[in-house]
Amino acid sequence: MDLLTPDPGLVFWTGITFLTLLFLLRKYAWRPILHALRVREHSIKNALASAEKIREEARNIEVLKKQTLEEAALQRDKIIAEARELKDKIIEEAKVSAQKEADKIIEKTRIQLEKEKREIVEQMKAQVAQLSVDIAGKLLREELSTTTKQKEIINRYLDDVSFN
Amino acid sequence: MAKILRVSYTVFLFFIVALASFAENENHDNSEMASEEESFDALGMIMHHISDSHYWHIISFEKKDGSHTEISLPLPVILLHDGTLSVFMSSEFHHGESVVKKGDSYFKLYHDKIYFTNSEGEIIKDEEGHPVNEKPLDFSITKNVASMWMSALIILGLFITAARKYKGSPSMPTGVQSFLEPLITFVRDDIVVEQLGEEKADKYMPYILTIFFFIWVNNLIGMVPVFPGGSNVSGNIAFTSILALFTLILTNINGSKTYWKHIFAPPGIPTPIKVMLVPIEIVSIFTKPFALMIRLFANITAGHIIILSLASLMFVMKTYYIAPLSVGLSLFMSMLELLVGLLQAYIFALLSALFIGMAVKEEH
Repeated sequence: MDLLTPDPGLVFWTGITFLTLLFLLRKYAWRPILHALRVREHSIKNALASAEKIREEARNIEVLKKQTLEEAALQRDKIIAEARELKDKIIEEAKVSAQKEADKIIEKTRIQLEKEKREIVEQMKAQVAQLSVDIAGKLLREELSTTTKQKEIINRYLDDVSFN
Repeated sequence: MAKILRVSYTVFLFFIVALASFAENENHDNSEMASEEESFDALGMIMHHISDSHYWHIISFEKKDGSHTEISLPLPVILLHDGTLSVFMSSEFHHGESVVKKGDSYFKLYHDKIYFTNSEGEIIKDEEGHPVNEKPLDFSITKNVASMWMSALIILGLFITAARKYKGSPSMPTGVQSFLEPLITFVRDDIVVEQLGEEKADKYMPYILTIFFFIWVNNLIGMVPVFPGGSNVSGNIAFTSILALFTLILTNINGSKTYWKHIFAPPGIPTPIKVMLVPIEIVSIFTKPFALMIRLFANITAGHIIILSLASLMFVMKTYYIAPLSVGLSLFMSMLELLVGLLQAYIFALLSALFIGMAVKEEH
């Protein structure tokens, strides 16, 4: 039957056409397209991988941040505690030293006062002695204003004096 | 709803009228049948449609005075005879009415075939009515060749346009590129890489891709009912045979040691059975591509025959009432054939890849 006998002309032209098409497509279509597809697939794969890496890094950073924050909080608490302790200590020390200073001042003052008191007492003693002498002088003058009296005294003294 | 029905019925009628003129004139193409107005030779019409031709038929119609007019594109005829090459346009044959003299030889076109004749253009027939005249080697640019070139140009245009868009840095596919890319990646991943493996795929990728798109586009062009479509290129045994031959050659020149060993000395089989098995294996080298050839030819030709038969129902039964059935079934079959066109291209490419894959596989 005609249908089942290949016509040599058509076989020839189909062969030529197919081979030409294969050659042209291979050079101008398949090679650039397949190459571009491969490049794109690679770049997508790389982009996905790097995105994954970045996500991983971000996750790490997140963890690190949390850790750092926790550490910082701990550090802060520690610092605050230390500061409080230090404050208490300083206050305590200040109190002690202030007490000491106060005691010293009080002591010094007391000594000063003591000294001043003694000086005053000395002065008063001296003044009292002066006054006494003065008064005695005056009294003597009063007493010895008359001759009789003078004689009387002299006599009395003389009585006392024993000439032995 | 009623409006839609009315519109679709109008479309149906239009289609029928178009088909009617198409089919009817084909009938008149045959000079012997021209006188018999009443009888409709469905087989002749169908055979004419699925065969090759030296004219690219556009349209034919009957004028008011009853004269038959046919508009067709004459195609170049290239004949090799007695060591000389004759090139002329097929219009010189005047649809088989004239004898063409080239050198010392006379040629006549009879049923789309060119025969040597005497100067009178006499065709001698045997008892069954087949011409016994000798035929020159016919390398004409026939309707099928022209149609095939058109499809090759379409493929080149599409893919080179798409390939241009891939220049530069990787980017989103656009336009024709985004239509073709899934097809290319489908053939690459699901046919070639799947059957041949990652390393060997690159070598055969261009062949499988070209064969897939070449067959598919030719199948699709065959489905176009008007000029310049409708040629039965991929349903022609010449077309499928040369493609199957390429697959046969590719399979066997690249056959690995393992492949040949399995054919000539299948391991682990007793000698008496080997004697039986080796001829079978040798035959199977040829049956595989032979099956490829017959499958594509039969599927596409059968599709054309069914659609043409459905279209001729009305003329065979000589009634208009069959028209809705005829058109409805044609439409359904056309849809099916669109699927078959893709499927057959896929199967041809897949089996080619499979055969090559089996041959190039190394023993592990």
